Amino acid sequence: MQKNNTKIKALTGGYAVAEAWRQIQPDVMAVYPITPQTTIIETYAKMKADGLVETEIIQVESEHSAMSATIGACAAGARAVTASSSQGILYMAETLPVVSGLGLPIVMSVSSRALSAPLNIHGEHGDVMAVRDLGWIQIFAEQAQDAYDDTIIAMKLAEEINAPVMPIMDGFHTSHTTERVEILDDGQVKEFVGERKVDQSLTDFKNPTTFGTLALQNTFFEFKLDQEKMMQSAKTAFKKICSEFAKLSGRKYAMFEEYKMKDATSVIVIMGATAGTAKEVVDKLRGEGKKVGLLSVKLFRPFPYAEIGKALAHIPKIAVLDRAISFGAFPPLYQDIVSSVYHGSSRKPDIASYVYGLGGRDTMQKDIEKVFQDLGEGEIGSKVKYLQ
Amino acid sequence: MNKDLTKKFSSGHATCAGCGIPAVVRTVLGATNDPVIVSNATGCLEVTTTIYPATSWKVPYIHSVFGNAAATAAGIDAAQKALQKNGKLKKPAKIIAFGGDGGTYDIGLQALSGALERGHDFLYVCYDNEGYMNTGGQRSGATPYGANTETAPAGSDSFGKAQQRKDLMEIVKAHGIKYLAQANVAYLPDLKRKAQKALNTPGPSFLLVLQPCTQLWKFPTSEYVAIGKLATETNFWPLYEIEDGKYTINNVSKQPKPIEEFLKTQGRFKHLFKDANKDVLVKIQNDVNASWEKLLKKV
Repeated sequence: MQKNNTKIKALTGGYAVAEAWRQIQPDVMAVYPITPQTTIIETYAKMKADGLVETEIIQVESEHSAMSATIGACAAGARAVTASSSQGILYMAETLPVVSGLGLPIVMSVSSRALSAPLNIHGEHGDVMAVRDLGWIQIFAEQAQDAYDDTIIAMKLAEEINAPVMPIMDGFHTSHTTERVEILDDGQVKEFVGERKVDQSLTDFKNPTTFGTLALQNTFFEFKLDQEKMMQSAKTAFKKICSEFAKLSGRKYAMFEEYKMKDATSVIVIMGATAGTAKEVVDKLRGEGKKVGLLSVKLFRPFPYAEIGKALAHIPKIAVLDRAISFGAFPPLYQDIVSSVYHGSSRKPDIASYVYGLGGRDTMQKDIEKVFQDLGEGEIGSKVKYLQ
Repeated sequence: MNKDLTKKFSSGHATCAGCGIPAVVRTVLGATNDPVIVSNATGCLEVTTTIYPATSWKVPYIHSVFGNAAATAAGIDAAQKALQKNGKLKKPAKIIAFGGDGGTYDIGLQALSGALERGHDFLYVCYDNEGYMNTGGQRSGATPYGANTETAPAGSDSFGKAQQRKDLMEIVKAHGIKYLAQANVAYLPDLKRKAQKALNTPGPSFLLVLQPCTQLWKFPTSEYVAIGKLATETNFWPLYEIEDGKYTINNVSKQPKPIEEFLKTQGRFKHLFKDANKDVLVKIQNDVNASWEKLLKKV
């Protein structure tokens, strides 16, 4: 359904994100290059050079400074954003819990990529998994369209609850792949995100505020509980904002997507770009009469344990596909799905763990088919399997 | 307490008895009537003035992590420019970043360098107590040659720090900023004058302020001014300014005191007065003389 003033363009995920930023026009953007997010900031820099945006762009000298400058700008009352990947996210990692702890509504666009060593610049989820406990809301995109939409949703969500948000797209597979993207009207986006409502800021000279105190043993604990309350409130806020976004765009997003799950006996749980490939496989196998389905998680942090537990409660065989490895342990999404099912169901279902696509390795339809085949044949062990 | 001195920075903070950092802060903040925003690195100043739920800061203040006072200041600068552009801010504040030597010479050097290179409007004040004092006195890039610290201690096999201090003034000068100065908490009128100049200079400016640490340089709590004065009177810590690349020395002692006069007052140099370390004392005096001559040539 095409809304008034919607344009349809062929854009890479990176360009689509830059386009969303152009329409939001943050006050400040700190930029530092790292593949595969660089196309976002380069595109935005060119937009500024051509007079399309007025954003104060700070070309910082490292990612640690990128987030530090963004913290300063946001605390000063400006709408401030940045972008990063992989080693850059880890370089700034010490600042990420500070953003969350200070309740700053910063959005960081992520084009997710593998972590060194060895060095690899390609797509997977290792980087964002490494920082999943630091109090940032994490949202995964499947396509360039989502990457565009998620940027707009993230900005509104961040400012709604004063929490930082990381909208994530798979490096290269989404960031550098040209896809069909519906771009909303500039005015619609501006109206949707609105103006930032600033509560306390460094530029409120009449009410001087101290940001970032020391808190000793007697006060620290409660700060963390406040932070957790803030994270949990993101679920309701996310649902509300997605519903408003649906009215605007016609595209309905939810915490997760249930694809042909109603009467499924085997379900794959997945996140990000590869959900697209997996949906093709589900369609193919359904055509052959196989009762298969897919659950694609969009809101990863805070994790919707109860809701996903309920959705998976009736599914006898589940395979969780992680695009990240957690050394010495089961992978991240797998662990969260097991917890969901454990809490949401009285039975002990068969849940298999798979790791795919590390370091940008392509995942083909036949790889997904093999997973469904394993499930169908009862090949569900307790060891992680690798789709190499 | 004095209403003027506590207008922007209150009493009741937790710095050590005999600490000179509050005097540095009050003098710098008092050098302007414009609103100010403070960006502070982790360290002595930050942890003693922001113990939740209390704060000493009567001006807007932010601390985030250790090595990013300058980068945070850069973000505040960009925000003020953006907010002015869209009419949300009438008059911007003066942005003042405070960092100790650890947070400036070492872990914060990259962020400082980047902020200077990009030409942000801010003043960076480094209170230099020549070591990581908040964590108990470990050596930093600012610790002088021969000093005893927790991580480069003197012992039967060592005379303490074996490397020279970084010349941070030259590093900052190399960024081509319009105004930077070396100052000393023992000379407050000089510091105030320099702070005023710095705050009235557009773009980035820098003050390096010696601040003797009673706890870890190991001297009586009443002595930081006397010891600070000796640092300058021995030419160990000259007072000077660099404006548009031009050097001006503010202290010219007709006859500088021997460096031993400064060293003998502090426990951190006690070991240098042993026979075994005689050569170290000679080298320190020679180095002070050489640095002074080098500085004179730049005028």
